[in-house]
Amino acid sequence: MRTYEPRFWDRFYLLALAQGLFITLVRFFKRKDTIQYPEKKHVPPAGYRGLHRLNKFDDGRIKCVACEMCQTACPAHCIDIEPSAAPWEDGEERYPVKFEIDLLRCIFCGFCEIACPKDAIELTEIYDFSAYTRDNLRIDMEGLLKVFDVTKNGNVYARQNRGERIEVPIAR
Amino acid sequence: MDTFDVIASLIKVVVVFGAIILTVAIMTLAERRVAGFIQYRLGPNRVGPWGLLQPVADGLKFFLKEDIIPDNVNKPIYLLAPVITIVPALMTFAVIPFGASLEIAGHTVKLQVADINIGLLYILALTSVGVYGLVLAGWSSGSKYPLLGGLRSSAQLISYELAMGLAIVGVIMVSGGLTFNEIVAHQQATSWNFWKQPLAALVFLVAIFAETNRLPFDLTEAEQELVGGYHTEYSSFKYIMFFLSEYANMITASAFMVCLFFGGWDIPFVDEAALGNWGVVFSVLAFAFKVGFFLFLYIWIRWTFPRFRYDQLMRLGWKVMLPLGLVNIFAVGLWMALRA
Ligand code: SF4
Ligand code: SF4
Repeated sequence: MRTYEPRFWDRFYLLALAQGLFITLVRFFKRKDTIQYPEKKHVPPAGYRGLHRLNKFDDGRIKCVACEMCQTACPAHCIDIEPSAAPWEDGEERYPVKFEIDLLRCIFCGFCEIACPKDAIELTEIYDFSAYTRDNLRIDMEGLLKVFDVTKNGNVYARQNRGERIEVPIAR
Repeated sequence: MDTFDVIASLIKVVVVFGAIILTVAIMTLAERRVAGFIQYRLGPNRVGPWGLLQPVADGLKFFLKEDIIPDNVNKPIYLLAPVITIVPALMTFAVIPFGASLEIAGHTVKLQVADINIGLLYILALTSVGVYGLVLAGWSSGSKYPLLGGLRSSAQLISYELAMGLAIVGVIMVSGGLTFNEIVAHQQATSWNFWKQPLAALVFLVAIFAETNRLPFDLTEAEQELVGGYHTEYSSFKYIMFFLSEYANMITASAFMVCLFFGGWDIPFVDEAALGNWGVVFSVLAFAFKVGFFLFLYIWIRWTFPRFRYDQLMRLGWKVMLPLGLVNIFAVGLWMALRA
């Protein structure tokens, strides 16, 4: 194991100082790791927990049945659901008329995702959403469905880096 | 003094002043660039090509900022303090020779604003005046943090001025003169003082770091403890004066170091006189290069070493640097006595 007891020469400081200077000088010439953010975006690894989305069936209907499991599981109490009878004849009988998440309170733990029996709520890779007012960071059902639309075709940032223009909802 | 000399002096004043201001602007960019490079990032790159207009943006920002004078400051002193700091900072460079002598139309023009015969003492005196600005700024701000910053700066100055003086004594002993021209000429004739007195050079280097309040000795403005240090209550133009003087001091200190220990504008193994006026150009470039190296060293060290604690600084000043300075004088004296 490496110990950090000063060596004999370290007691004179100068050699140790020169060593330190050398280390920083070497770093000076090394390749830079910076991602030039607004132009290039960091692609988070799979499983990253960012902005939420509400999934839809192929026919465009929302998958959520307003069972409120996610609301119950949420440790931050930031999900607000209002259930109602579904307007359609076939398929699920309940759906939410209101589905809001207070993103300022959310801790992005992903519990809602785990709790959902219908795989309706999911966390996406989107990390750069911000707003000037607190109200703008309450995302509603429409917004959550829009997030699904932009994220369903693969990683948003990977696509943006390839030059595709994608509007991320609520990011402004 | 005839008309020619007057005009030459005026031109030199303008050129030197311009060069200092320009270097300060470059330094503000270089500081952040080097910091970025050392930390695996690029540093400022938004304003202008490669971030080159960053100093302009900084300057504009300072001028457009609101100028605040807090209620409970001692107003005259509060306003005077930045001036007391910046005037000596800009004056000190006057005695530094930045190149060999130029021959124009039968006149010899020394590339130095003023060749006074106590150049060294002039610089030592002025650099100690500068600290009054910091102390007064700290005291007149009517706030605790600046006061502590100002007090620290005075204590720091006392601890390091002595070591600095002792380091210079060795140089004066061997070169037998107090003007920079004599010191540089002596180094040209023999060898750089750095090779003869590395110990003094080291003590002097540490002392000028303390003198200019740069890391690892930036106790006067340690942000973590003192919010901003002596200039906490200063804003916009008054702040920029402190800022400017800190960088101007760095430039002068680097030039001081170069003249005392690294041969001034001397290019080793090259006879500038033989090159005529081209030699002068090269000598100025050599000087600029050496000063540039020390300016880089300032930044390099800033991003390498952590700050000293207050008692460590004192201990280093009194118990290490001072004895080392004395040892150096003793050694030089012995060596001269043995050779005589
Ligand atoms: S990620 Fe966690 S905190 Fe955020 S809404 Fe889901 S359960 Fe609540
Ligand atoms: S998102 Fe899932 S857990 Fe939440 S109410 Fe809808 S179906 Fe239930």
